[in-house]
Formats: sequence, C-alpha cells, structure tokens
Amino acid sequence: MADEVVLLGFWPSMFGMRASIALAEKGIKYEHKEEDVFNKSDLLLKMNPVHKKIPVLIHNGKPVCESLIIVQYIDEVRNDRCPLLPSDPYQRAQARFWADFIDKKVYESSRSLWTEKGEEQLEAARKDFLESFKTLEGELGEKPYFGGETFGFVDIALISFYSWFYVYETFGKLSMEAEFPKIIEWAKRCLQKKSVAKSLPDEKKVYERVLDLRKIFHLE
Amino acid sequence: MTDEVVLLDFWPSMFGMRVRVALAEKGINYQYKEQDLKNKNELLLKMNPVHKKIPVLIHNGKAVCESLVIVQYIDEVWNDRSPLLPSDPYQRAQARFWADFVEQKAVYAVGKKLFSTKGEEQEAAKKEFLEIYKTLERELGDKPYFGGETFGFVDIALITFYSWFYVFETFGKFSMEAECPKIIAWAKRCLQKESVAKSLPDQKKVYELALELFGLK
Repeated sequence: MADEVVLLGFWPSMFGMRASIALAEKGIKYEHKEEDVFNKSDLLLKMNPVHKKIPVLIHNGKPVCESLIIVQYIDEVRNDRCPLLPSDPYQRAQARFWADFIDKKVYESSRSLWTEKGEEQLEAARKDFLESFKTLEGELGEKPYFGGETFGFVDIALISFYSWFYVYETFGKLSMEAEFPKIIEWAKRCLQKKSVAKSLPDEKKVYERVLDLRKIFHLE
Repeated sequence: MTDEVVLLDFWPSMFGMRVRVALAEKGINYQYKEQDLKNKNELLLKMNPVHKKIPVLIHNGKAVCESLVIVQYIDEVWNDRSPLLPSDPYQRAQARFWADFVEQKAVYAVGKKLFSTKGEEQEAAKKEFLEIYKTLERELGDKPYFGGETFGFVDIALITFYSWFYVFETFGKFSMEAECPKIIAWAKRCLQKESVAKSLPDQKKVYELALELFGLK
C-alpha cells in the first residue's frame, strides 16, 4: 500500500520549512498544499482544530501537528534511512533541549524585531536575539553541524530561520555575518544540501512579504 | 557499574514533579537535592548554564534539562519497564502534541494571573484557564488516562498542576470539581498511583507557600 502524505504549509513559515526539509531528507514523496493563513481552509481547521496552524502533516488521512513533533514523527516512521535524531538517548535529549531553546528564545525575539514599534521594546528584542544566537554559536563550536558530523534535528530546527535573516538584519539593524560568522558559515554548509536549498525560500521574497504584513498590522 | 542519578528540584515546582513521577514509575533510585531558587548554587548553574532552572537530572555526571525532555530521556534509558510513551509513532506524536499543548498554553503563567491580578484581568485569566482545561477534558473523553488504558506521558505532563488547584480555585473563586468534573475524576485516578501520590505535595502546603512566595493574603 502506498503512503499518502500531504503537507499543509505556508511558504514563508520557518515551521513549515522544517517539515519540508525532513521530508526531503528522507526522500518522501508528498503533496504540498499552500494555505492562506488569513483565510484558512476547511481541511486545515479540521486537521488542526486545536491550534488552527500550519504545518500539518497528513499521513494516510491522519494529522500530525507542531513542526518539531512532525520532524520526530517522520524520523520514527522512516527510520530506515538518514536518521535525523541521534540514536543515543543522552545525545537525543541534548538535541531536543536545543530545539526547544530555539523555539523558546529565537522565535520570540526574532518576531519582535519586525513587529515591535517602540524603541525600548525593539532594543530589548535586539538584545535577546543577539544573546540567543551567541549561545547557539557557542553550542555549535567547531562542529560542522549542531549534531556533530551529520546534519540533524537541531540543524533543521534552526536553518529554517535563515530565510528570515535579511528581515532580522533590516529591522534589527544588525549584520548576522558580522555578529555570528560561524552561524553564517554553518548556514551556508546546510544550504549546500539539496533538501535545505529547495525548502528555503529566497530572503528577499520573505522580506517583501514581511513589508506587506507590516502594512496589514499597521506597523508601517 | 551502578547508575548515579541526582535530581535538582524545588518541591512546589510542577515541572520538577513531572520528573519525580517518571523516576518513581520506573522505580529508579536517586538523590533528591532541594534547590534555593533565590540563591542558586554552583551545581545548578554549572549543570544548567543556559536557563539556570530546575528540574535538572544529572545521570552519571551528565545533565539533562527541561522537564519533558527529561521524562522522555528517562523513558528511553530505562526502556525495560513501565513505558511512558506509546510504542506506535503516530500515538507518540499525539502524546507529544498534548504535552506540548500544556506547555504552549502555559497553564502556570495563566494560573499565576489568577492570584496576581484583579478585576477584568483576573476574569480574563479565569476564562482562559477554564478553556484550556475544557479542551483537555474533551481530549480525555471517557478514557481512564490521556494515553488510553495506561498512565503515560500526557498524564505526567498535566497531573502535576493538581497540587496548585487549591491556590487557583481559592483566588480565582471557582471549583475545578464543578467546572471540569472529568479532570478531577482523572486526577483522583492518577493519585491512586504510588508514583504520583508520593511525588505531589499536599495542596494546602502549596497554598501556604504561594501565600508566602507571592506576598498574598
């Protein structure tokens, strides 16, 4: 019986990108359905009634929600190739810890960079953002990937933010290359992987979309 | 070689309680080290330099942080007994989803507003708090536990808030029994388990501490 895999996504979403990368890493064929997050489809509302958000992976009709949960699910179901999480429980715990750090610290501060209006709030967001990437750069160290020699869970969790770096740099008035050269080097290494290159949209397209969003949220 | 397991914790923390329950479920011997969060010691700062928070599980000298990461770690290392997560990947994804729901909805942060705010803000917090629990009640349905027939990951993630119910109810002026009877029935079922009963502090003790910690009357 062939698997039926559908991914409900939204092209600028770094969360959707994580699912796309994982599916590509495993060589899984799937149907991508683009959602309009301002006009959510019946399918999305039915498949994710609790949060009503993308991404949603629909595997043989059954939904899996939340990007990191989707990535782990994909890794466990297609456990015959390209492991995304380490096999050792301690290393696995470290991978989950850092992915959780990214969701808690990077997402919030990065979002504030382009949604905050007040000078003080923007400065606070900038400080948090810089601190969180400094911590991540420290954790990466001299390793080629966060997981060590091979691309894995934490790399997937973070690389999807790369498409948004131009947005953060522009609104946060910072340079990722100047502040975090190792992160940029790591990102370029990840981008050499086909799974990543084809899942990440162009930075300038994301920036244009953010300009539209800022108008919608009356931030311009 | 025997395992050396240490837990850095703070007795009223619902996050620490999750780890206590998991360790008890697996029958793991460990050393409990109570932490003074107003005066964090070197061991805690060394073992959790990123967040500087409890709980921290130290297994043979190596630290694991974040309560739900710790519970999964315990389940994977001591995988020969009392499984906490389902073996089926889809069921496992559902378990992670609901544990994440509890985290995302920040039950503690919302509950805290019940005793740290007044008037409209408190009313809004009460509404939000009850909505979270009603969603959970719907998910529980008629199952004995969130995982089905056996106590598991989602039950562990949620049961620990039970110790704080008296605080929330008293300041929020509502009764969980009246609003969410299935949740209370489920909680009482969980409390019959030794691992839960011995890991959760008494509601009145938590109430006394909350009065002190937050300067409440």
